[in-house]
Amino acid sequence: MKIKTLLLAGALAFGLGSAAYAKTFHFAFQGEVKSLDPYTLNETFTYSVLGNVYEGIITRGPNLEILPGLAEKWELVSPTHWRFTLRKGVKFHNGDPLTTDDVLFSAERIRANGSDLKLRVPADAEFKKVDDHTFDVMLKNPNPILPNEWETFFIMNKKWAEANNSKEPQSASATTPSFASLNANGTGPFMIESHQAGVKTVFKPNKNWWGKKEHNLDEVVFTPIKSSATRVAALLSGEVDWIDPVPLQDFDRVDNSGVAKVMAGEETRVIYLGFDQSSDELKYSDVKGKNPFKDKRVRQAFYQAVDINAIKEKVMRNRAYPTGAMISKFYFSGANKLERLKYDAEGAKKLLADAGYPNGFSITLDCPNDRYVNDEAICQAVVSMLARINIKASLNSQTKSKYFAKILEAGNYDTSFFMLGWSPGSMDSLNPLSNLIACRNKEKKLGATNVGGYCNAKVDELTAKIKGETDTAKRDAMIAEAFKIVNDDIAHIPLHTQSLAWGVSKNVEIVQRADNFIKLNWVTKK
Amino acid sequence: MLAFIIRRLLQGLIVMVAVSAIAFTMFQFVGDPVNQIVGAETTTEERAQIRESLGLNDPIVLQFGRFLVKAAKFDFGISYQFREKVSDLIFSRMPATLELAFCAAFFSLLCGIPMGVYTALRRDSWLSKIFQAVSLIGISLPTFFTGIIMIFLFSVTLRWLPSFGRGDVVDFGFWNTGLLSWTGWKAIIMPAITLGLFQMTLVMRLVRSEMLEVMRTDYIKFARARGIPARSINFRHALKNTLIPVITIVGLQLGSIIAFAIITESVFQWPGMGLLFLTAVQNADIPIMAAYLILISFLFVSINLIVDLLYVSVDPRIRITGKAL
Repeated sequence: MKIKTLLLAGALAFGLGSAAYAKTFHFAFQGEVKSLDPYTLNETFTYSVLGNVYEGIITRGPNLEILPGLAEKWELVSPTHWRFTLRKGVKFHNGDPLTTDDVLFSAERIRANGSDLKLRVPADAEFKKVDDHTFDVMLKNPNPILPNEWETFFIMNKKWAEANNSKEPQSASATTPSFASLNANGTGPFMIESHQAGVKTVFKPNKNWWGKKEHNLDEVVFTPIKSSATRVAALLSGEVDWIDPVPLQDFDRVDNSGVAKVMAGEETRVIYLGFDQSSDELKYSDVKGKNPFKDKRVRQAFYQAVDINAIKEKVMRNRAYPTGAMISKFYFSGANKLERLKYDAEGAKKLLADAGYPNGFSITLDCPNDRYVNDEAICQAVVSMLARINIKASLNSQTKSKYFAKILEAGNYDTSFFMLGWSPGSMDSLNPLSNLIACRNKEKKLGATNVGGYCNAKVDELTAKIKGETDTAKRDAMIAEAFKIVNDDIAHIPLHTQSLAWGVSKNVEIVQRADNFIKLNWVTKK
Repeated sequence: MLAFIIRRLLQGLIVMVAVSAIAFTMFQFVGDPVNQIVGAETTTEERAQIRESLGLNDPIVLQFGRFLVKAAKFDFGISYQFREKVSDLIFSRMPATLELAFCAAFFSLLCGIPMGVYTALRRDSWLSKIFQAVSLIGISLPTFFTGIIMIFLFSVTLRWLPSFGRGDVVDFGFWNTGLLSWTGWKAIIMPAITLGLFQMTLVMRLVRSEMLEVMRTDYIKFARARGIPARSINFRHALKNTLIPVITIVGLQLGSIIAFAIITESVFQWPGMGLLFLTAVQNADIPIMAAYLILISFLFVSINLIVDLLYVSVDPRIRITGKAL
């Protein structure tokens, strides 16, 4: 191996490298691929890259539609009984065939101590082997969206993991490194050729992959590039073919370079503003003895004071998609029907006067300054827009670690008016409904991130029904109804969904998915 | 002599313990490492459990003690982000940093000395004035700025040199080097110049002022009077005598080149220890931070020790005071 590298280096040194013929796709991200163990970190980029090596029970297409993955079909036998049939002839990279035993093993492993993806598989789900390619999942409660997240329930090889002492994901406090975090053995279209954490990861195509090969690559090299200026320079100089993210101020430069373009499709994260509607007196306001946000007219005035088009054009340089819904249209098609209230500063002033605040009042807007795209600038714009209706808003922007420690559950929701962004990991409406919107309830584990303390019993009732409804049409109707009530209550001010920020070389064709996954099988290079 | 060395070694040990103690108190402010270990959906109870299992809830003195005991056995634990042994990570990154540092030092000597000699001998020529101006830029421009400017000129516009990385690396197991491949050489040029620019300026100014001084001394005048050719006077007699302080300074600066390569490494995505440290700070990866700081303090302590020992062997007066102390 080492001699081979030496020879290769020598060949390259004398210009004899065959690099001109092999198609190598270089891609660079601002962060690292942290660990090759697919269960140790619930972070989008890491498992998006690992999704080229490992595969889940299902997979998703370019528009996030659910497609058969390692399971070729599945059915609901009864509301609490699912049956999955595995694809035949699938082999792991080491040659072992995929069987039900591997799925059962993975279902145990992903829920074991040390796994950060425990929530992918419900704790009470019982996996039962029917035969080598069929298994049942028995649930305590009906769960209509059980396989939705299973694109990233990566299936590992039982024999390989056991032989290499990696039966469980390495726990955070372990004192020895684990084999599975430095090596990988999946079923996916690419195999790991070499992995040097934080430096370089090299992938080779898996010739025995079961799926339809759509890429034309011979090799893929991943490098993290931390500095934004260097990352953009590497793209423009042609050394890398794909970067993420391109800083907003460099979008035009990349587009005008002639060698690369920006792909800025719509992302799934919804950015919104929220108000404290539960306290009896606002903590950060000059209104004493009562909470003006309990009055719907005040919330509506705030909503209509926000000129969303100005934010889109001036702050986001048109790289944002205004929305009136608390869920991305990719995850709930009915989101398009939830329209924004119109921008109307005069009407907002009148609403405030009707509510008893003709001269406005003061409020502090809490905002992160390094979490979402241009988060602080958006808040500054909101502050000046509110000034037009005599609301004296002052901005308190902080770095993300301090910000979230203050406004979330751990900080006892210490805010009167705030900004937050949310994209459901489950890719389904139930997640925002039960996390952001349901009345806070510790025992039922509901509303943990309901920072404003919004509470409507009707919505809670619907949320409970949605959770157990297995009929898609009925379920969607209930989801639409719940979001409608939330919007009528003006529980939040949804702003926009962000745009993605890929920089892609002109030599490369690639499919961009709204959840920011990079699928190497969809890459072709000229 | 032996007593002197032992005393200096003990002092060095105290410095290293002090550095790690200061580092440990600072780790309280880098944020919660558990946030970096797990994703957003992890429950509060689970986070608390991980904190407990990592021993982050113990008093800081206890954590520090535990760290010292392990560090004495060269065990720095497992990186929170990469789940690899910290010592393996650091040792695999060390060659990159050392190679860069030595190339930068070499570059600073190779350019700095001739430039210094020239500006001292031909004080009023236009080239001297250009050298002086360049050295002013070298001292006043921040490293990341020169780095980015070079990237845009040589990588994006001219496409001569790579903008990031190390090129093809040859691995010998205990050491890896980019200096055996053509791409490796191309990759190291810009980072080495960026990192060495400040040192080059320093060397040039030092050589210049020393040369000016030496040229005024009597033995140079006598040499001239004897009719020795100018080249021989300038390079054999004058330059030789200016080099002693230069070598001392460069030796001492080597430590800071290695330690402050962090910025250059992050601009060029050079996969060295500095970049590893920077990522560790951002991700609150305490085991890496601790090990890196200890290593750097060890480096400074040992370089100083070597310089001190050299002085002792050169200058007997220090030996005598050393005993008296």
